Amino acid sequence: MKHLIKHSKKYTKEVICGPLFKLFEASFELGVPLVMKQMIDVGIGEGRSGYIVGMSFVLILLGVLGLTSTVIAQYFSAKAAVGITSGMKRDMLSHIQSLSFTELDSAGTSTLITRMTSDANQVQNGINLTLRLFMRSPFIVFGAMIMAFTIDVKSALTFAAVIPALSVVVFGIMLICIPLYKKVQARLDGVLSITRENLSGVRVIRAFCREDNEKNRFDAKSEELAEEQERVGRISALMNPLTYVLINFAVLILIYVGAIRVEVGILTQGAVIALYNYMSQILVELVKFANLIITITKSVACEHRMEKVFEMTSSMENDERAEKLSEIESIRYKNVALRYASSSENSLEGIDFSAKRGETIGIIGGTGSGKSSLVNLIPRFYDASEGEILINEKNIKDLDIETLRSHIGVVPQKAVLFRGTIRENLLWGNESATDEEIKEALEASQSSDFVFGKKDGLDEIVEQNGRNFSGGQRQRLTIARALVRRPDVLILDDSSSALDFATDSALRRAIGALKYDPTVFIVSQRTSSIKNADKIIVLDDGVQVGIGDHESLLRDCPVYREIHESQFRREGEQA
Amino acid sequence: MKRNVKKTKTSKSVLRRVLGFLKPYAFLTILSIILSGASVFLTLYLPILIGQAIDLIIEAGNVDFEALVPLLFRGGIAVVVTAVLTWIISTINNKITFEVIRDVRREAFKKLQLLPVSYIDSHPFGDIVSRIVSDVDTFADGLLLGFTQLFTGVLTILGTLIFMFYLSPIIALIVVVLTPLSLFVARYVSKHTYDMFKLQSETRGEQTSLIDEAIGQQKVVKAFGREDEIMEKYCEIDERLVKCSLKATFFSSLVNPSTRFVNSVVYAAVGCFGALSVIGRIGILGSMSVGTLSVFLSYANQYTKPFNEISGVITELQNSLACAGRIFDFIAEKPQTPDKEDAVALNDVKGAVRLENVSFSYTPEQKLIENLSLDVKPGQRIAIVGPTGCGKTTVINLLMRFYDVREGKIFLDGVETRDMTRHDLRSSVGMVLQDTWLAAGTVRDNIKMGKPEATDEEIIEAAKAAHAHSFIKRLPNGYDTELGEDGGSLSQGQKQLLCIARVMLCLPPMLILDEATSSIDTRTETRIQKAFATMMEGRTSFIVAHRLSTIREADIILVMKDGNVIEKGSHDDLLASGGFYATLYNSQFETT
Repeated sequence: MKHLIKHSKKYTKEVICGPLFKLFEASFELGVPLVMKQMIDVGIGEGRSGYIVGMSFVLILLGVLGLTSTVIAQYFSAKAAVGITSGMKRDMLSHIQSLSFTELDSAGTSTLITRMTSDANQVQNGINLTLRLFMRSPFIVFGAMIMAFTIDVKSALTFAAVIPALSVVVFGIMLICIPLYKKVQARLDGVLSITRENLSGVRVIRAFCREDNEKNRFDAKSEELAEEQERVGRISALMNPLTYVLINFAVLILIYVGAIRVEVGILTQGAVIALYNYMSQILVELVKFANLIITITKSVACEHRMEKVFEMTSSMENDERAEKLSEIESIRYKNVALRYASSSENSLEGIDFSAKRGETIGIIGGTGSGKSSLVNLIPRFYDASEGEILINEKNIKDLDIETLRSHIGVVPQKAVLFRGTIRENLLWGNESATDEEIKEALEASQSSDFVFGKKDGLDEIVEQNGRNFSGGQRQRLTIARALVRRPDVLILDDSSSALDFATDSALRRAIGALKYDPTVFIVSQRTSSIKNADKIIVLDDGVQVGIGDHESLLRDCPVYREIHESQFRREGEQA
Repeated sequence: MKRNVKKTKTSKSVLRRVLGFLKPYAFLTILSIILSGASVFLTLYLPILIGQAIDLIIEAGNVDFEALVPLLFRGGIAVVVTAVLTWIISTINNKITFEVIRDVRREAFKKLQLLPVSYIDSHPFGDIVSRIVSDVDTFADGLLLGFTQLFTGVLTILGTLIFMFYLSPIIALIVVVLTPLSLFVARYVSKHTYDMFKLQSETRGEQTSLIDEAIGQQKVVKAFGREDEIMEKYCEIDERLVKCSLKATFFSSLVNPSTRFVNSVVYAAVGCFGALSVIGRIGILGSMSVGTLSVFLSYANQYTKPFNEISGVITELQNSLACAGRIFDFIAEKPQTPDKEDAVALNDVKGAVRLENVSFSYTPEQKLIENLSLDVKPGQRIAIVGPTGCGKTTVINLLMRFYDVREGKIFLDGVETRDMTRHDLRSSVGMVLQDTWLAAGTVRDNIKMGKPEATDEEIIEAAKAAHAHSFIKRLPNGYDTELGEDGGSLSQGQKQLLCIARVMLCLPPMLILDEATSSIDTRTETRIQKAFATMMEGRTSFIVAHRLSTIREADIILVMKDGNVIEKGSHDDLLASGGFYATLYNSQFETT
């Protein structure tokens, strides 16, 4: 609740005034039966029509006052709810942006997105309803009882009996149903997943002629769902009849008790009607309150989840006084090991190499052998758990992260573009790049043909995730994005997997010819992509098992030889 | 969420189809309607009994207990009967609703199995899933529950009116004149909030997609140091959102208070004129008892409630009609052409495949395969090669009849594939796609998909042949390990080995194989190659090939580009002709 409270403080006035005006409204509502009692006892009893008309205007006045108070209350509640949530969301986004890759990995991005969107909306709704209703409903229920006591203690005992009984029924049924509804949800998820499965696997299912089988499975699942729904339905359907019986029996008893009290002259006819009216008010409010509790419980859970995000702290501190680099000339790994927070084993071990400006470094190994982990250490996405990494012979931890990253062009394995235009995407690399520089980057990344083939060229719209471009086009654009910044270090993390051989080799040639001569890291599974590198690092299960050029590795490194031969078994002699 | 609701189906025809689904429940539906009528009557009758009781309690020493006790007793019976009726009605309605949902879903799913693959390919999965899952729910909830609510609501209003006019026509008239005010106010407010809600949800959508990108791709954001720009953009949107969200939340929360206010005016009016009529000062009001006044007061409270509910129900009904339209549209989709009645039965397939002047395209505007002819002898290997996205899978689609050719014919062992059942055709082809797909279930279930009656020994045999046995053994529960949706935690390579084992188990006379590209490590790949080689022994095989060794060993190579087959022949022929294939092949060995 820490952040909720922190932001609530900025809205103290609203948080207090919202419920307060709601209470005013409730008081006016509680006044209505009393006025009606006067109207009957005095107006009718004494036959004064002027009094009757006067009391009617009092009723309308109560209505007007009630309306005014609610409007004020709703405004304050809405303002507080929207404002508090917005503040929390802003804090959260900037908090998430401050987290390092380690925390992002452990939290999972889809979870974080849910926290910022649906959870936050739920919280907003919860705050709004809490401010509006949380005080009001109990106030009316107990207020009605207290008013009844002021009219007649003995009759009011009925209230004291029926309120707990009603509460037991309403909350009891709800408590029983909540876990059952979860079960229903689980079965619905079952129906959902079999449907999705049948869409994604349509070819396989049809290839194996499993249509009938799937139909039977689906029939069974939807039957199970219907059964569970009916079971819950039968229980929750008890709520209305039971409360109806309780309330109306209470009314009947009330009238009987009232009759006795009137007979002995303690109560008036109007008082009995007033008691009857108070009784009717209770039920509505109790049911509202029960539903409110459900919503609030959900919101509280969402709020807790949001707080959990705030509790994560970045494991990587950027020192304000850290040195700001002007250029990256050399990179050296000294016996580096990396262990991810979630893992009990090292993902990298014994990595030891150096790269000078302008060199091309190839990194090869099977899936999961740690290739991406190795290059992810250069822009300090993660910190080495053992050994050290030196940039220009200085420990990477003593350098300013922001400037360090600004000298590195990263092309991630997954080609991701952002909504906007091609130009906007490319400017990520360098906000002040000219069209000339952009064109040069497009040229080198083999994308100028298709970009300028588009109707709007650089201003062509990029949809979310760049889905209006093919995989190969996306890959080339992400390469261009990295090149636009003319980086000192270029990292290509398996970035040409969607390109055909011809394009791939043209790309490699163009990168080799870049005038600013960056140090290039190429991660690949294919020896053909890296065999011309100055140095090749061979990884096997996170361990550096070889380093050298193509020829020497072929001679000395069995893992490299195995990889190469599996890809060029028969063509070796031609290569 | 915005949906593109096609207004092709008139609500009348949708309703007719709803009635069709209700038919099996006709008796229950009618019962529910009758019981609802009875329960509404009793609910309205109770205040009258109470009113009569109040009239018996006049003042000290003037209470008629002899009449009061039986009256209250009658009231008690009415309460119990109403409660029982209410419970029965809800139970019946639940049964109807949930079982209609079930029936509609089954119908829709049955349709899903009959739809052509082209339909599934061309519609977003999310759309189809939401039709079968959430639209059906909304439709049934809204239409069936909404209908019963509408029915009891209207009945309550009518009943109240009749009782009120019976008790005092003039006061009844006053109520009738005043209540539409509440409807009017509710309509006014909701009409004005609609635009605000629309703006809110648009702005919220804008913010969500920014959050989606910024957090989803946070690593890229960090790599390029764009945190501040993102924050700036976010705050700009958020400022707008706060403004419109406040308006939408505030104005929408005015509906209840304002209708409540109208109700209190009605209440005051009834109280005023009722009381005046009791004391008999105004002639035309007639005269009524205090008990009747209390009946009126409780009616005045009850009477306006159904109005508010009905206006809510009507929007819900419209929404559910739209959903019903979407689901019925889906059920009415054109199924794939049915198998021929007199289809030729396939026995002992040899695997001779002949394509005769085949033309095909997904859309008429974009021509793909034109006039392709091909003669494949039993046991031959055909490699399909070309750059990514060139339409290699089109050939698979046609061979498996996932799509039908537009022109020309495909023959299997001399029989046109459209003259046999899809079942026969597909069971004679084993298929391993690069886009591996596993069902949720155990490893065993997945392997025996093509041969449900297989014994454990056969399954293990197949897994061994697919080089999958060793890794399956190491899984937590071996062959009984539950795989999540789409293979769960298995690696891409392991998934592919399982798919191979699946085909290995039934091993049909023809194969369609799709080689993996980059995501598999070399050792697993070597295993997959070995498994492929075992399978292809003596079988007609179509291979979407990426590896040069596979390509070189093929009997026929189909070279595709932009969806077209542009070259066709053996490796040596194609190299010699110096076309696209030659360029593609040579670029592999170019030095940079």
